[in-house]
Order: sequence, then C-alpha cells, then structure tokens
Amino acid sequence: MNTSDSEEDSYNERSALVQCESPTIPSYNQDHDMSLPQETDSKQRRSVSSGLDEPGPVEQERAATPEGEEEELTLKYGAKHVIMLFIPVTLCMVVVVATIKSVSFYSEKTSQRLIYTPFEEDPNSVGQRLLNSFLNTIVMISVIVFMTIILVVLYKYRCYKFIHGWLILSSLMLLFWFSFMYLGEVFKTYNVAMDYPTLAMIIWNFGVVGMICIHWKGPLQLQQAYLIIISALMALIFIKYLPEWSAWVILGAISIYDLIAVLSPKGPLRMLVETAQERNEPIFPALIYSSAMVWMVGMADSSNPNSADQRQRNEGGALAQEGVESEDDAALGGRRRFSAEEDLEEDRGVKLGLGDFIFYSVLVGKAAANGGDWNTTLACFVAILIGLCLTLLLLAIFKKALPALPISITFGLVFYFSTDNLVRPFMDSLAAHQYYI
Amino acid sequence: MTVAVFFGCAFIAFGPAFSLFVFTIARDPLRVIILIAGAFFWLLSLLLSSLVWFISIKASNSQDLRLQRDLLIFGVFFSVLLQEVFRFAYYRLLRKATEGLAAISDEDTSAISVRQMAYVAGLGFGIMSGAFSMINVLSDSLGPGTVGIFGDSQYYFITAALMTLALTLLHTFWGVLFFEGCEKSRWWVIAAVVSLHLLVAGLVMFPLDAAGELHITRASHYCFTFIHTARVI
Repeated sequence: MNTSDSEEDSYNERSALVQCESPTIPSYNQDHDMSLPQETDSKQRRSVSSGLDEPGPVEQERAATPEGEEEELTLKYGAKHVIMLFIPVTLCMVVVVATIKSVSFYSEKTSQRLIYTPFEEDPNSVGQRLLNSFLNTIVMISVIVFMTIILVVLYKYRCYKFIHGWLILSSLMLLFWFSFMYLGEVFKTYNVAMDYPTLAMIIWNFGVVGMICIHWKGPLQLQQAYLIIISALMALIFIKYLPEWSAWVILGAISIYDLIAVLSPKGPLRMLVETAQERNEPIFPALIYSSAMVWMVGMADSSNPNSADQRQRNEGGALAQEGVESEDDAALGGRRRFSAEEDLEEDRGVKLGLGDFIFYSVLVGKAAANGGDWNTTLACFVAILIGLCLTLLLLAIFKKALPALPISITFGLVFYFSTDNLVRPFMDSLAAHQYYI
Repeated sequence: MTVAVFFGCAFIAFGPAFSLFVFTIARDPLRVIILIAGAFFWLLSLLLSSLVWFISIKASNSQDLRLQRDLLIFGVFFSVLLQEVFRFAYYRLLRKATEGLAAISDEDTSAISVRQMAYVAGLGFGIMSGAFSMINVLSDSLGPGTVGIFGDSQYYFITAALMTLALTLLHTFWGVLFFEGCEKSRWWVIAAVVSLHLLVAGLVMFPLDAAGELHITRASHYCFTFIHTARVI
C-alpha cells in the first residue's frame, strides 16, 4: 500500500529510533516532525485514506521501536481500542435487539420487498426457495459492486460534489424518513397518543441536529450516538425487508465480497484507498464511526488535507434507499473500513465503518427475530465480538488493511445455526429437568 | 409471574457476577477481552457437547423416554468434561499470550498476572454458563402464567436463579483453582476441580422430594461455594 509522504518520513524516522533505550514515561506525543531519538514511544499509525468503498480495511498500530514496554503498551493500547469498538457495536446491537423484541413491526414479514431482492421466496418448495435466495444475493451483490465501481470512478475523476450530495441525501433519508417510521411503530406498540405537530418538531430537531453532527461538526459523543442510531435504523430496515433465507446468504456473500474487495490487488476498495493516498487527502465526511476526536483535524471536517484521519466508507446503508429507489448510494454498501490512527497529542481512537455496524446488527437482529430464544442471540453476540477482537489482532500482526466483516460474520453465522439447531434443544431439555451443567 | 419476579430472579442470578464485573473488570480493557474470550470458549464447549448429544438423540429411539433421559444425563457429564477440557485449552492460550508478552517485554512483569487471568476466565465461564441457563427462564417469567400449575414445583424460578448464582460463582472459583493447579503442575488440584464439577452436575439429578425442591442439592452447592471461597482466599 502506498503511504503518504509524511508517513514515510515518520517511518524512516522510526527506523532510526531502533537503538533507543526505553524512556521512563511513555510519551504519545509523537509528531511527524519529531526527530529526537529519545522519543521511543510513538505509535504511529499508518493511515489508510481509503475511498468510499472500503470493506473495512483495518488500520494497524505500529510501535515506534521494538521495545518490550512498547509492545506491552501496544497490547494495552490495542486492548483499549478493542473496547472502544466493543461498546458502540454492543450498543447498536442492543438497540436493534430491543426493538425487534418489543416492536413487532420489524419482525413481521410482508410481501413487500426491496427492489434489490426481486425474487420471491416460496416457503413451500425448499429447492425453489434456495435458488431464489441465491438469485437475490447475486442481484444485491452485483448492485453493490456496481455502485462501488461508480464510486471509484467518481472519486478518480474528482466529482466530489456529486459524492457529497449523494451522501447527504442518504443521511437525510435515514435521519428523517426512517426515524419517522420507527417512531411511528414504537408509538403504535406502546399505544402512545401523539399529534403530528409534536412529532414534526421532534423529527425535525432530531434530523437537523443529526445532519449537523454527522456532516459538519458536533460533540463527539453526540456524533457517535447518531451514527449508532442510523446504523441501527438501517439494520432494522434490512431485517424487515430482506427475505429470510436471502438475508443469510447475503450476509455470507457480503463478507466474501468484503474480503475480495479489500485484499485483492484489483479490488475497487483497494484502488480507492490507493487513490486517496496518492492524493493525500481525506475522503468523505463521516459514515465512519470514530471513537476519539482529533481537535486539530476535525472529524467531520472533510477538507482536511492531513488525510490521516478521514476514513471513508460507504455504509451498506446507502442501501437505505432500497425502499425508495431514487438514490443509489445505496449499494455502496459493503464498504466498511476500519482504521486506527493516533492522535498527535492523545489517542485518536479507532474508526470502524458503519456498514460493519449494520451487518453485525442485522445478524444479531435476525437471530433475535427468529423464535423467542435468547441463547441464540447471546451466542451470536459473543461470536461477533470475538470476531472483531480477532480482526484487530490480525490487524496488529499483519499491519495492513483488513476487512472487518468476514471473521465476525463467519463466526456469527456458524454460531447462529449451530446454537439454533443443536444447543437449543439441549438447553431446553436441561432446563425442563432443571439440570445444570 | 410479574416484573417483580423477573427482577428478583435476575438480580439473584446475576447480581454478584455483575458486581464483580463492574468493580473488578470493567475498568481494564484487557480483562474485558479475556472475559469475553472465556465466555466464547465456554460456548464452544457447549456447542460441541450439544452436537454429540444431538447425534446420540437422533441415532436412538425417540419413543423410549428412559433412554432419552439417560442420554441427557450422559450429555450432561460429557458437557462437564468438555468444559474442563476447554478451560485447559483456554489456560494454554492465555499462557502463550502472557509468555509472548513477557518475552518481548523488558520488565519481567506482564500487564496481567496469571491469577488475575484465572479469575477473569473463570468469571467468563460462569457468566456465560449462567446466562445460558437463566435467560430464557427470565424472559418467560416476564410473561403471563402460573408456575407449577401442573403439579410441578412452584419455586421453579427461584431455584433456577439460585442455582445459576451458585454455578456462576463455582465456575469462577474453579477457574482460579484450575489455573493454579496447571501453573504449579499440581494435577491433583485439576482432578479435584473436574470431579467436583462432575459431582455438582450429578447432584442436581438426585430424586426430588415431594415438594419438588432441590433441598439437598442447593444446600450442597452453597457448601461447595463456601469451601471454594475459603480456599481461594
């Protein structure tokens, strides 16, 4: 992967730091211009400024020197980053599961389908159903690939305004329309009497503040909260409108696509990353969850030339448009990126693409929607978290961009099907007899 | 069957584990990861043992209730053994990780000691085990119904909650003892942990008395818990 100039400097500088002794106090004040060999603890991260369609290339942290303390700090530091991602992923999943379990709207199956899954699943014939779900998957994935390629092309030819407009339209839809639908369903479930003017005010405020926080500047935690909320909304839409079997096959296919698009040399995401790095510029305003704010290089500030921070990724959320077809940034989905970077002063935290949040939540939400079994949901939840942990570990080992979906989704799928079919009868029998293992 | 029962049972079953988590584990990210990985290992062991049980069930005559019950008992014991195997596997994994860290570290101390890891791993096993036993029961307790309407014990929820509590704590202590035994190569300690786990699982199968309460088993579980606490301290 190409690194930007500043990173090369720091890299060279770091290799010059090999012989240092370890300082008493680890300093994170490593700056790119630092040239003192005493600063051994800089953990610089290579920032991969990738394009929109990153299926989660993972940034890695590098210790400045091979010092043991350095490594230990790396481990602690790495552990901290893992937790910084566990918390939002957990929150998103909790919101989705809570909604699924209480608001029946999202688990009711309708005959309405997204235009991206045109084939109807006939519950009577297994073969036909399987075939249709594969066809649906092919349609969905090709739409996503197509969108990614369009995005790469747009990015290459510098049509930034178009892409910005696209993203703004997509988040407008999520923040206004889908949250309106969601609130409506929640009110119906709890039989809350609500009038339109109040609702309009609520939605208006919610939406406008969300747009500002996400696309411009805002308090970090508010921005994080909004990103989690829109990921949850998106996941709920998927859970509702994707047919049963198609959803599972799509989850599997998306992880494979993620893997290919990020790791193969001709993958669109990789090309995006490289292009962005060549230009040394940040990509697009957030559809990336970031766990720490960098004040000098504002998170929501997309005009920052110090690319290090801006990670772009198109959530599969662009798929938001499913129901409404007009915008196509929908299928950009599948791009998620997961990057870690370090702050000049303080830990910059980690970033994870929203598409990852969405698909994790879709998996757990579907596990919660099918049957009333909580064990399956819990098992999928643990599996996804462990997958995320492993992905981060691989990141630290390989130090190159990695997709965040495959491992987690694989574990999630394996655990879902095995818990549902094997563990559930076992635990039910045990509970019936009150045996404890 | 009310919200009161739900909260009561939830706090009985998970209160201590939750407090242990909040006060000792939540602050340190490394411990949280070890906890979740411990839960994952327990889950893996459960998966494999359910697979074995499922195969045995499918291969046998489903009409024969005695056979089914015997297979279930076999499933329980096999699951216990497998859990201990996975505990050992987790121990090896953690040791490798610590060794790796220590090897590259200048100072001889690693970020977390084996004892702490043992405690966290045990708690991970315990929480997951408790969650899997209790969560479905808890969610049922929220809904309408009458406990024991067909002649079963009316104390089902409370016994389930107490048993879950006991098992969670026991798993924690077994974790500590097991890792200690592995560290010092005291195989009798490991054998003791395994046999105690088998004993505990087996005790639950004692015939119940007329009221359907697990008097004996609950009492002995609490004895075990106290013994283990004393030992650990």
